[in-house]
Amino acid sequence: MATGTSPKPASLTGFILHLHPRTVPADTIRFTLSFGLGGMSATLFLILLFTGILQLLSYSAAVDSAHQSIIEMYAAGSLAGFVRNIHHWAGNLLVIVCVLHLLRVYLTGAADRTRRLNWLIGICLLLLVLFANFTGYLLPWDQLAYWAVTIFTNMAGYVPLVGAWLSEVLRGGGEVGPTTLATFFAIHVGLVPSLMVILLIFHFWLIRKAGGLVRDQDLPLERISAMPALISREAAVGLGLTSLLLLFAALVDAPLADIANPGESPNPAKAAWYFLGLQELLLHLHPTFAICIIPLLMLALLALLPFITGTNLPPGIWCGGDNGWAHAAAAWGIGLGAAIPLIMLDDLVLKSADGPVRAVPWISRGLVPLAAIAAALWLVYRLLRRRRSSRPESVMILVMLIFGMLCGLTAAGVWLRGAGMALTLPL
Amino acid sequence: MTSETNSDHLPEKPRRRTLLGWLWALLGLLACIELGWLTGSILKSRKPIAARRQGNRLIDAGRVESFSPGDVKAIPEAMAYLSRLEDGSFIALSKTCTHLGCTVPWDQVRQRFVCPCHGSTFDRTGSVLTAPAIRPLDYYPVRIENGLLRIDIATPTRRETFDASQTTRV
Repeated sequence: MATGTSPKPASLTGFILHLHPRTVPADTIRFTLSFGLGGMSATLFLILLFTGILQLLSYSAAVDSAHQSIIEMYAAGSLAGFVRNIHHWAGNLLVIVCVLHLLRVYLTGAADRTRRLNWLIGICLLLLVLFANFTGYLLPWDQLAYWAVTIFTNMAGYVPLVGAWLSEVLRGGGEVGPTTLATFFAIHVGLVPSLMVILLIFHFWLIRKAGGLVRDQDLPLERISAMPALISREAAVGLGLTSLLLLFAALVDAPLADIANPGESPNPAKAAWYFLGLQELLLHLHPTFAICIIPLLMLALLALLPFITGTNLPPGIWCGGDNGWAHAAAAWGIGLGAAIPLIMLDDLVLKSADGPVRAVPWISRGLVPLAAIAAALWLVYRLLRRRRSSRPESVMILVMLIFGMLCGLTAAGVWLRGAGMALTLPL
Repeated sequence: MTSETNSDHLPEKPRRRTLLGWLWALLGLLACIELGWLTGSILKSRKPIAARRQGNRLIDAGRVESFSPGDVKAIPEAMAYLSRLEDGSFIALSKTCTHLGCTVPWDQVRQRFVCPCHGSTFDRTGSVLTAPAIRPLDYYPVRIENGLLRIDIATPTRRETFDASQTTRV
């Protein structure tokens, strides 16, 4: 690819230029094609790496001093609290930006044959981002942290076959304690970032191998120099995001709950917002289904999307063009809207079935609801195909429906759950 | 991927190259096994957490007369509840939810244990009233010595259903 006539200068500028192609197709630098989401993720990753290293200086990873070390970060005259705020909000924002990036890649038809390895790597990176966020919020050893670890290590116990072994290894024994914190600290500051660096380099290289961003093949190909067109845009997005993030972190402190108390769970005990969809599933379904079967099924479907022939959306155009975006938005809205009545309905069923449990839980709270949802989705798909909606568009509508339901579950977990995880109105 | 590019440029690979390739793969596999074994042995060598409840395993929970049938009292030292059932027998219940390990508070108004994490509820015998929990709360043996109640917290006992053998009669 580097067929430039003049060699790049051996300097920082030269290195930045080396990471980019010399020329890019003019139509791919349009902001509304990518919304700069991949670049934003990369920027946030660098910020997280930098603020993470700084926090190693002020954080103490031991059960009896972790919480105190965080309180001291906020002492007058200390900037450590500001650094923690940046790290916390960047981590939260990264979850949102990565999910939007994944949606963008799918909806602009970039998950095609040539890019499907990169699609898989992107999914691995998303999982690592979620895992990094999770292992990160355990480190303060406050009430949120302690009960999240307890729940998570118990969740691992429901995984078929290896469950007991897995929860034992994660906990470092029979109960949550000092070894558990050491394990999660090692995962958060060592294992996850190094895996991410390796995968990110692979991720970027595969974009270059695929010839840059996805583009509409019908448009005339006009190549323009990456410097300054692409690089100035990247700088604008990266620096703009950084300044907004720093401003937000200066104004809003990252939350810190009371110190961990193994004797009493907070009421209600809620996970971080990005896991509340999963927590909501746990309220309704048999644990093995909520923890293992349904997440794995969703993950498998997501990973397989570019491998099923005839489901790829046209490249470089949002949602397949025409009114596609309106159909996608409507499907998302319907999914979101359907999730909440479903939750309320099942809440009534749970309450009315009050008393000694008679039904076999893994059938009544596992197979039956899963089969019902699958049948409903299949029916929607058949109906769409009958209405002469194309195969890629029908699949897109299903994907957006499922994504909308996931958003609905998360929203219900955030706003509609009160003490004892009972349904309440947000006030 | 590499095999793809190789076959583009080298349509006929010498056989010893293939053999060497296999040797490299074998060496790589051995390295992975060794690394896995190393990780496993480090994980195994970690000190198990000293049992929190070492020492006193019999916890005093008060006198029989201080419980009337239907009472549920928290015994903080034991991380347990002592519940007197309607027929006058006692059962000691672990505070830990069998779903995912949160502690369950006793709701006096609704007369049940309500899990603050995932909403499971349990009655005074520890049996599940509302899903998602699928097992009753674990129980501990209760001993009655001269009218004094003692909970043996050495090991919580798992169970699939409640029956009278898990209770202690006066």
